[in-house]
Amino acid sequence: MQAFLHQLLSGIATGGIYASLALALVMIHQATHHINFAQGELAMFATYIAWTLVQAGVPYWAAFVLTLVFAFALGVFLQNVVLRPVQNAPFFSVVIVFIGLLVIFNSLAGWIFTYTVKTFPSPFPIRAWYGSNYLSPHEVGMTAVTLVVLVLVFAFFRFTNLGLAMRGAAQNPAASRLVGISVGRMLALGAGLAGAIGAVAGIMAAPILYLEPNMMSGILLYGLAGAVLGGIDNPWGAALGGVMVGVLENLAGAYVVGTELKLSVALLVIIFVLLFKPSGLFGRSIVVRV
Amino acid sequence: MLGIMAALALAVALPFVVSGYRVFQFTMVLDYAIAVFGANILTGYNGQIALGNGAFYAIGAYTVAILMTHAGMPYWATIPIAAGTCFVAGFLFGLPALRLEGPYLALTTFALAVATPQLLKYHGIESWTGGVQGILFDKPDAPAGVPLNSDQFLYLFCLFVTVIMFVLGANLLRGRTGRAIIAIRDNPTAAAGMGIDTSLYKSLTFGVSALFTGVAGALGAIVTQFVSPDSFTLFLSISFIVGVVIGGVATVSGAFFGALFVEFVPNYADQISKAAPWAIYGALLIAFMYAMPTGVVGLLRLIVRRIDPQWAIRKDAGKQ
Repeated sequence: MQAFLHQLLSGIATGGIYASLALALVMIHQATHHINFAQGELAMFATYIAWTLVQAGVPYWAAFVLTLVFAFALGVFLQNVVLRPVQNAPFFSVVIVFIGLLVIFNSLAGWIFTYTVKTFPSPFPIRAWYGSNYLSPHEVGMTAVTLVVLVLVFAFFRFTNLGLAMRGAAQNPAASRLVGISVGRMLALGAGLAGAIGAVAGIMAAPILYLEPNMMSGILLYGLAGAVLGGIDNPWGAALGGVMVGVLENLAGAYVVGTELKLSVALLVIIFVLLFKPSGLFGRSIVVRV
Repeated sequence: MLGIMAALALAVALPFVVSGYRVFQFTMVLDYAIAVFGANILTGYNGQIALGNGAFYAIGAYTVAILMTHAGMPYWATIPIAAGTCFVAGFLFGLPALRLEGPYLALTTFALAVATPQLLKYHGIESWTGGVQGILFDKPDAPAGVPLNSDQFLYLFCLFVTVIMFVLGANLLRGRTGRAIIAIRDNPTAAAGMGIDTSLYKSLTFGVSALFTGVAGALGAIVTQFVSPDSFTLFLSISFIVGVVIGGVATVSGAFFGALFVEFVPNYADQISKAAPWAIYGALLIAFMYAMPTGVVGLLRLIVRRIDPQWAIRKDAGKQ
């Protein structure tokens, strides 16, 4: 029972990382109807920036904030410079551009920071102050950070005018333009936010997974699985889906398939969800008018 | 027709004018062309985005390796079996994929591609697949009495299979079945209204695409005489879809341009920058998409139409 609880809780903790990435993916998807396959690599690259800052002696939380600013700027830059020219190109061309970005950032990270695996500091104390060993302090802290991010993003979209404008631009670009919203600027803002959220996922994952250029490829897959499970048109569903995938992955890894086949669990989740509930657990099913 | 004959003559002459390693590279181009064509049947003609065809390539390759080493079959006899296995695998994977549209299908197949190396390493099937190490087997020689070295022979063998696959594929797409496949892409509701069993056709198209990819995988294994889980990464699957888009979505001849890109551009990228070759590759990829969003064949068609606006009309008239 104790072992089970431990697996369950640490599943929730890693699930938080998947949830963040799923949220980033859904934000891009809602605004552009594309899946940003490069999201994981952008997060990985941002994590390297954080690592560099921490190595240079910048205090952890300052490095954290600076990295988020960097990731935001990178997202805005990519949206405006690389993706905007192809926004009217055929669907496949855009997919290829995302794949190009994935390859570029993976390679750049390997080139600049080398492929040697690096340890990444955790800002949380090593000793558990709460007298329990179900969860390591880093896992507790990670869960807390993820929750804060989710709440902030939720509040931003729900209670601010800018958030409302962004939702409008994603839902109905033409009508948004008519009421004076710059859709292009909203897309760039969305890409920047997605980049920053992804960076949080990367920074929180790095102390557990260790930092290397291919760190995020597995997380991207779990994030995708989470997004599909929760419904790709529902950000909160996707975040919850990410947590569920984390729990499922941990429990299946511990009790069913072993660590060797953990990634395949994500594949199975995706296939099963799509077989029985194609719009995800919390997504709207799409009715097409003929 | 004349163009095709000329291209074929050129292809037959090729192994006698270039050096050994180049022959191997062009053999791989033919091999990738089949795989890219397979991906194009599904993605370009049927409108189902497939990012996971590397899995079927792996199944084809492993079928050959296992049959040659465990059952002692000759290399040429394993190809039809690899094709059949992949057709069935593709058809079965296509069944759940039926309900998926656009990004969902892309995701599912993407997940398949990521999970493939892990599945191949699974220790339960290690006695067959050789686990992490993979399987190494002998290079087939030219039959006795044929004055060719084994590289030249393998090239011509691949060319032979390529021609067969492209004739089959082009005929399939030109006929009644092909029209059904394309109709499903353009308007599924109208296609169903015309009496096309859309779900059956979509699964069958998945199977056919897997079959082509499987044949390519089988040839690839024979040409390199080696299979291992890490040869079938996500990157391989991505290469096929890159080939489709670079060559031209929903074109037959585009497969060859795409295959040339897939085989040679990573090499050239490596020559430009030893440190970050894939960054060069990615940049080239994006540059290609800016320069020709409809692929090489799309650009060629555009040029021909500029020079001779009547060309497309005459070509259509010639078909009837």
